Amino acid sequence: MTPGQVHSLLRLETAALAVGRGDMPLAQAIDLSVPAGTGLLLRGPNGAGKSTLLLTLAGLLPPLSGSVVLQGHNEEEGPAFHHCGHRNAVRPRLTARETLGFWRTLNGNPAVPVDAALERVGLVRQARLDAAYLSAGQQRRLVLARLLVSARPVWLLDEPSSALDAEGQVLLGELVREHLGQGGMAVIASHDPIAVPGLPVLTLGAAR
Amino acid sequence: MSAFAAMLKRELRLSLRGGGEMLTLVLFFVIVGAVVPFAVGPDKALLSRIAPGVIWIAAFLAMLLGLEKLFGPDRDDGTLALYRLADLPLAAIVAAKVIAHWLTAALPLILASPALALLLAMDAETFWRTLLSLLLGTPALAGFGAIGAALTVATRRGGLLAPILIAPLSVPVLIFGVGAISPSGGADQAQVAALLLAALSLTVATLSPFAAALAIDWGED
Repeated sequence: MTPGQVHSLLRLETAALAVGRGDMPLAQAIDLSVPAGTGLLLRGPNGAGKSTLLLTLAGLLPPLSGSVVLQGHNEEEGPAFHHCGHRNAVRPRLTARETLGFWRTLNGNPAVPVDAALERVGLVRQARLDAAYLSAGQQRRLVLARLLVSARPVWLLDEPSSALDAEGQVLLGELVREHLGQGGMAVIASHDPIAVPGLPVLTLGAAR
Repeated sequence: MSAFAAMLKRELRLSLRGGGEMLTLVLFFVIVGAVVPFAVGPDKALLSRIAPGVIWIAAFLAMLLGLEKLFGPDRDDGTLALYRLADLPLAAIVAAKVIAHWLTAALPLILASPALALLLAMDAETFWRTLLSLLLGTPALAGFGAIGAALTVATRRGGLLAPILIAPLSVPVLIFGVGAISPSGGADQAQVAALLLAALSLTVATLSPFAAALAIDWGED
C-alpha cells in the first residue's frame, strides 16, 4: 500500500469557519475544500489571520464558529496534521540528529530515516552539531526534515520559506510537490512565491 | 524505542547537558539548610530537633526553583504546540516530564541530604528516616509542581505564580513528611505518616499528568 493510496480518499474541509484570537474574529466564512494531492496557498496582509487559520486547522486553537473536518481520516492511523509555525521548536544542547530522531519516534508513522532526511535538506555535515549553532535557515531546514521523518497527510506550513536561501526555496518547492504527488495535502501561508505549479490561492482580507 | 522512552531520554539529556543547573539546585538546597544554624544560633539540641523540618523546607524550595523550566522553554520555542499534535498522548508526555523532573530535581537533593544532616547535627537513625521520608514524599511535590507549572504556562504568567499556587497543596506533604521523621506520638504514628505520604505521592503522581495536560490543552497557544 503506497502513501498515495492511503491518502487518496482524504479531503480537508471547513464549513463557515471563523477564526480569531480570544473574542476578536480575524477571518470569517471560510469554506475550504482541499482534496488529496492538492495544496492551498494562503495570502493576505500581516494580521489577516493566516497563522490563526493554520493553528485552527491543526486543532491547536478552537474555531470561533464553524468546523474543520478531515474527511476519510481514520483516527486510529494517528494524528493527520504536521504544523510548522513561526518558531522552530529547535532546542539547544541537542544535536540536529538527536532532535530529528526524537520527533520521528514521538510523532509516529516513521517514514524517511533520520540520516536520509538530513541529507535531503542538506544538513549532513551539521548532523552532530548542537542545534543551537545552526543558522536560522539551517534550523528551518531541520523543521522541513521533521515533516519528512513522520508521514502525515496534511502539512500546515506557516511562512516555511522565511530565512531560507534560494536553494532552500527550491528544496521547499520540491518537498511540497513530492508530498502532494504522494496524495498528501498542504496549506501554506507565505508572502514568498512557492515553487509549486498550479497551487490554488486563498486571499484573506485585511484586519480591521 | 517507544515514544515514552524517547521523551524521557530527551528530558534527561537536556537536564544533564544543562551546564551545572543540577549542581546549582543541590547547592541551593544545602545553602538553605546551612544558613539555619546561623539564624537560630549554635544550639545543638535545638538544631537537631528542627532538622527534619529544615531539610523538608530546603527540598521544597529547591524543587520550586526547577518548575519554571518544566514547560517554559517548550512554550517559548514552539515545542509545546507540537507536543499537542504528537502521536503520544499529551498526558504521557507530561508524565515523562514529571519523572524526569523528579530524577533531576529531587533525586540529587536526596543524595545531597547527608551533607545537610551533618550540618544540622542529625543522629543516624533520624537521618535514615529522613531519607525514607524524602523518597516517599518528593514524587508528590513533583506532581503538584507539574500542575502549577502547566497552569501558569497556559495562562502565560510565569515567575512566582506557580509556587504560590502549589504551596497550599504541598502543605500535607510537608506535614506528613516531617511527621514520618520526628513523630510527636511515637513510632506507630511515624509509620502511619509514612504510609499516608506514600499514598499521597502515588495519587498525585498518577493524576497530575492528566490535570497538567488538560491545563495545557485548554490554554490557547
